[in-house]
Amino acid sequence: MIRPHDSIIVQTLGRFVIPVVQIFGLYVLFFGQFGPGGGFVGGVILGTGMVLSVLIFGHDASRSQYARNVLHGDGVGMLIYAGVGGLCMIGGGEFLNYADLEIPGLEAASRRSLGIVLTQVGVAIDVAVTAVSIVFSLSAEEIMEDSING
Amino acid sequence: MIFSFEILLLILLLATAAGAIMVKDLMSAVLLLGSYSFFLALVWAWLGAVDVAFVEAVVGAGLATVLFLLTLFRTAPKDARLRRPPPSLTTFIVFPILGLLLLYAASDLPEYGDPNSPASVHISPTYIEQSYQDTHTPNIVTAVLMDYRSLDTMVETVVIFASGIACALLLRRHG
Repeated sequence: MIRPHDSIIVQTLGRFVIPVVQIFGLYVLFFGQFGPGGGFVGGVILGTGMVLSVLIFGHDASRSQYARNVLHGDGVGMLIYAGVGGLCMIGGGEFLNYADLEIPGLEAASRRSLGIVLTQVGVAIDVAVTAVSIVFSLSAEEIMEDSING
Repeated sequence: MIFSFEILLLILLLATAAGAIMVKDLMSAVLLLGSYSFFLALVWAWLGAVDVAFVEAVVGAGLATVLFLLTLFRTAPKDARLRRPPPSLTTFIVFPILGLLLLYAASDLPEYGDPNSPASVHISPTYIEQSYQDTHTPNIVTAVLMDYRSLDTMVETVVIFASGIACALLLRRHG
């Protein structure tokens, strides 16, 4: 369990900083095609923003259902990535060859561009969820009891 | 002028790396490791690898430091039990020889920015010439990572997935 931070300065600053961090993470994620950045970095920034909010506003990991279900997002990220690969195979194409995506009205290069965006979103979800879930795992109450008893 | 900047950066790298190993207080070691990652990110950026620098700064100096600190709060901040024995005679003999061997091998490496080095003539020209026509993605690094080498990136994602699952399984015993 992580208690909310006492200081009002930290809480007020957190309310301003966390949205900026999240928007910057989204910007890095979707700007990765045009400059430095991409799915991995964007996901880490998004995850770090969530970790910051958990550390500032507190979270009871052992009681909330959210902490148990957050790990499902790991599978969702993987599913998006592998699912885009699978969608490429529907029309008889190759796995993860985005030019074989069955989208009418788009030329091959634009399909590849779209495939890159989708897989980057998958990577970002996976990385962000992993960062948050490791923090939740570290704050699980059972560990504290175990370390006190043994 | 640029050369001296590079030397200064490398000295800072070595100093922070040595400090992270040698300092007794674990909290200081974690923060030194974070600053080491930041200097390393500067080195990557200076070499022109902006994407790698971004990842190094965000992951090494940001997320890894936070995770290390959280782990430290779970345990004791001082490394009380671990007494470091003085390095043995073998260490003093083997490691300088290893360093000399590495320096000797490094003299065969191609010059920095050499257009005829193996890395620049093999497949890089193809990517540089064709990646925009193929993918409509101006950032070649992203095009290579997410399209040409997409399967590799997918398996990397599987590694992250597995690490998240493994942390949950190891740390939450009853949840």
